[in-house]
Amino acid sequence: MPRYAALIYGDAATETSGTPDDWAAVMAEYNDFGATAGAAGVLAGGEALQPTQTATTLHVQGGAKGGEVITTDGPFAETKEVLGGFYLIDAADLDEALHWAAQIPGAWHGRVEVRPVIDFNQGQ
Amino acid sequence: MTDSLEQMIRHEGGRVLATLVRLTGDITIAEDAVQDAVIEALQRWPRVGIPDNPAAWLTTVARNRALDVLRREAKRTAKETDARLLGDVTLAMREHTSDSMVRDDLLRLIFTCCHPALSFEARTALALRTLCGMNTGEIAAVFLVPEPTMGQRISRAKKKIAMAHIPYRVPADHELPDRLPSVLGVIHAVVTAGHHPPEGLLGSRDDLAAEGVRLARLMHDLMPDEPECTGLLALSLASTARRNARINADGDVILMADQDRSMWKHGEITEATTLLDQAIHLRRPGPFQVQAAVACLHGLAPTFAETDWAQIASLYQTLERFTPTPVVRVNRSVAVAESAGPAAALALLDEIEPTTVHRWHLYWSTRGELLQRLGRTTDALDAFDRAADCSPSESDRRFLTKRRGQIARGRAHPSDELSPLVDRHPR
Repeated sequence: MPRYAALIYGDAATETSGTPDDWAAVMAEYNDFGATAGAAGVLAGGEALQPTQTATTLHVQGGAKGGEVITTDGPFAETKEVLGGFYLIDAADLDEALHWAAQIPGAWHGRVEVRPVIDFNQGQ
Repeated sequence: MTDSLEQMIRHEGGRVLATLVRLTGDITIAEDAVQDAVIEALQRWPRVGIPDNPAAWLTTVARNRALDVLRREAKRTAKETDARLLGDVTLAMREHTSDSMVRDDLLRLIFTCCHPALSFEARTALALRTLCGMNTGEIAAVFLVPEPTMGQRISRAKKKIAMAHIPYRVPADHELPDRLPSVLGVIHAVVTAGHHPPEGLLGSRDDLAAEGVRLARLMHDLMPDEPECTGLLALSLASTARRNARINADGDVILMADQDRSMWKHGEITEATTLLDQAIHLRRPGPFQVQAAVACLHGLAPTFAETDWAQIASLYQTLERFTPTPVVRVNRSVAVAESAGPAAALALLDEIEPTTVHRWHLYWSTRGELLQRLGRTTDALDAFDRAADCSPSESDRRFLTKRRGQIARGRAHPSDELSPLVDRHPR
């Protein structure tokens, strides 16, 4: 069976400005979806991401592995390049995550944005 | 309370904070604890005298405060993770803090606050706060933004450090090419913002420039084998050595050609030259070493006429290979004007993409000076009008008005030079 990635885009302005009630309402909608799609057996996994302010973008210069790594703050915002896939990386901290991200071919063919996943067990 | 005692406590506070952040793993808890210790020191020391080891005293008080906060947190949340953290911290708090540990703590704090995953403004704000002990209001004044805006920027940066797990450690050698420029750029910006305040009069923020020089010295002391750290210190010393000579009693700019060179801090220029020699011997050139060489050549010239403009022009050409920016190009054209004439200099300016400089007053004033030297007075006056439209600082505005008046009356500047630009490298 084919597997698809559903990438969730939202309004950056409302990402952090909502009240706890707003957040709870949206979470309830997601829980609904999770229960329905989960029961149907179509969900292979998924994560919620921390807000875009926590994002870090890197690029490996020179078009080949091992070039100089350029790290910048913020999400990847170039609209002419599009999302082509993603990995989930378990790392001790941001530097370790960036170390692995710099070895993804996308880092030299394009850019790789690294963003922490929300750990719901820890609260946010 | 003397300024120097307050300043000393603030600076010691930076070192103590570095240790506290490692012990507690939380910048905010550490900051609050150090803040309490600093307030206590400010009250107690003027009465009972400064302790033999001020840093150790501050560290002990701050540690105890931090432990109180952590104990209260652990009790309130009753979370197992908090209790374990408290245990770890209590053990770590008993350690004796040696000089080399303080050194490592400071480097960790610097590299965390200046991590490239944070925006440039956030990095600079955090550095001023944690390493210079400046409060949010003082930092807001440096950036010319309202205090609440700065408060929000700082709290967002701290939140990102926590949520994205930016680690509290010194980068490995192979990471330094990415990480070190991000630290040195912040320190250079602090020196520049103090030496050439974006608002108000030249000389009004020499205190900030001095903080920048202190940070540059700290980085050089912490990483003596990194030539760019040494280069930045040399650059900072050599350029700020001219601080007392560049403005008159009325607050008007005095061009380098007209400065009384006996007012320059020649001891600082000599130190800069020695440092630059050390850096160059490591044979890893970089943009700060090149800029330091330019600043040292100015500092060593006995008179304006005897300045080695040809070498300065060639250094700027080298600098363009590291940082090909319009600012570097404009500086290079100033040196070329002195060594090869205004026509060659104007040709260099004409190669700049106009949209990158059309809001920068020093581009227009340089262009105006070159046009004036080529006898194109009308074009020169137009360029000075454009410069005035770019909302320059108070000192620069006064200078531009005066200079435009001289050109309009058909008078060249007595020394016929255009050095107001020299040594300015805004980002």
